Amino acid sequence: MTAPNHHWRKFKNGLMQAVTFLCAILVVTPLVLVFYHLIKEGFSSINLAFFTQLPKPEGESGGGMANAIVGTFILLGQAALLGVPIGVLGGVFLSEYGSSRLNWWIRFAADILNGVPSITWGIVVYALMVVPMHTYSALAGGSVLGLMMIPLVMRTTEEVLQLVPNGYREAALALGIAKWSTIVQIVMRTALKGIVTGILLALARVAGETAPLLFTALGNGNWPHKLTEPIAAMPLQIFAYAIGPYNDQHRQAWAGALVLLLLVLSINIGVRFLTRDRFQRNV
Amino acid sequence: MQPNMNPRTHGGPRFGDRAFNWLTLCMALSVFALIGLIGHELAQGSRLALQKFGWHFLVGSDWDPVNEQFGALPFIFGTLVSSLIALVIAVPISIATAVYLTELAPLWLRQPLVMFIELLAAVPSVILGLWGIFVMVPWLRVYLFPWLQKTFGFLPLFQGPIYGVSMLAGGIIVAIMILPIITSVSREVLRSVPGLQREAAYALGATRWEVTRIAVLSYAKKGLFGAVILGLGRALGETMAVTMVIGNSPQIVKSLFAPGYTLASVIANEFNEATGDLYPSALFELGLVLLGVTVIVNIFAQLLLKTFAGPSVKPQN
Repeated sequence: MTAPNHHWRKFKNGLMQAVTFLCAILVVTPLVLVFYHLIKEGFSSINLAFFTQLPKPEGESGGGMANAIVGTFILLGQAALLGVPIGVLGGVFLSEYGSSRLNWWIRFAADILNGVPSITWGIVVYALMVVPMHTYSALAGGSVLGLMMIPLVMRTTEEVLQLVPNGYREAALALGIAKWSTIVQIVMRTALKGIVTGILLALARVAGETAPLLFTALGNGNWPHKLTEPIAAMPLQIFAYAIGPYNDQHRQAWAGALVLLLLVLSINIGVRFLTRDRFQRNV
Repeated sequence: MQPNMNPRTHGGPRFGDRAFNWLTLCMALSVFALIGLIGHELAQGSRLALQKFGWHFLVGSDWDPVNEQFGALPFIFGTLVSSLIALVIAVPISIATAVYLTELAPLWLRQPLVMFIELLAAVPSVILGLWGIFVMVPWLRVYLFPWLQKTFGFLPLFQGPIYGVSMLAGGIIVAIMILPIITSVSREVLRSVPGLQREAAYALGATRWEVTRIAVLSYAKKGLFGAVILGLGRALGETMAVTMVIGNSPQIVKSLFAPGYTLASVIANEFNEATGDLYPSALFELGLVLLGVTVIVNIFAQLLLKTFAGPSVKPQN
């Protein structure tokens, strides 16, 4: 091999290192920019009123997003009630029971379900719940988020359960413990942190969903009273304010977006610390 | 299983086992039920429009709710074009990033970068849309679009008046949304390339980049293609951010500076105001079209990823 060729190869190696590095920077840039602008535009509008007051009528300044914050947590609570048991138990089946062929199909279906556009979920739950109940409702909003959580939780639960060493199961079974209580008391308890992580990540994911709530939860200018009434949610409020005409609405939208993003990101960062040692492979 | 010989627990654990097995089975099978339910509800909702327009719905280009004329073509066009723009931008960047993260980056830098990318994936669509309206679109209108027009103005793609909100803005925001997913799935794919592949190439005296190109990228081609198709599936269904920056105007024009409209955006904007019977039904049919396309694309992506390297590669969310 001649010397010039060698130089050219080394140069190309360095060049590609630089190019791919720049691409990595480019991927990270939007996150930095979004965060920067959210803080710049939103931080000054975050005050006590933002967390304690209802939105003011259009055009009036002041007021807050307290009802939307409460609404988001109510919706997330309902979503967890629906999505967590189904998702976790389904994940248990995938990891502990079932034939490999059946499980292949279930995984496949769950992955397809994960790819269903969120707006589609919205109109489906509209047809299923809003039409028969003759009203938009918090119940419909919570249900749509819960349904979207199912495939997410199922896949992560399966994954963390499979990280539990087989020796644990064998030891428990050898002691004569029934299989189901081996799974519940040994396998699931060992993987508890991982399961909780999966649930939290799924909640963080659906907390920011807007499209499926448009035709189910609808939004509301008042405090939540009943689950059978439309309910306010932060993403809905941000969307409504962002496309609204008033400057004050835009300020509120920025502030709401900052709070929502902090909530979502802190869950995402928090679970990383929760699972740092044992389930690092998974993070 | 051996028969349970202990008389005291006989029947007890076996019943518990069977019940638990059944319970988990039912929960796992719910995913099939959900897919069926989604398809059924959308088909049911769009029955009226299906009967009235038939296949013509897909090729009609009028969208006139007042006169009950509904054609999906402008929305299908908008969805495809914005997704295509997104892929053109996102694919090279995210695959290069995945290569950097698995093959070229110094070890200490990998974990923080991966975390940043996962955090970007967690940013809700509506927040990106907000940023899009107030920061990105004005910047595009003042800086990038005029520059593109000056430099590439001879192409019909970059002619015509500049509003800011446009097909191109929609494509860019979708690109930002799918960057993290293509990157992280590509990264999983590259990581599943056997180390022996790399060692063999190093043993021949290859540089780091040559190892990547010869031993890693060509080996992982199929999986990377799967990652791209998965990104396409996400791009097609992306709703809020696109709705906020694409301009929402159902037209089929050459210029990327002109406003467009996508399947998901029109449903988001018009569904709550749709009165009568036929109008909502037409929107349901748009949903059905969107579902059909995304499911086919996703099946294709999953098959590519699953046949590439077995169960170790799994799609991120």
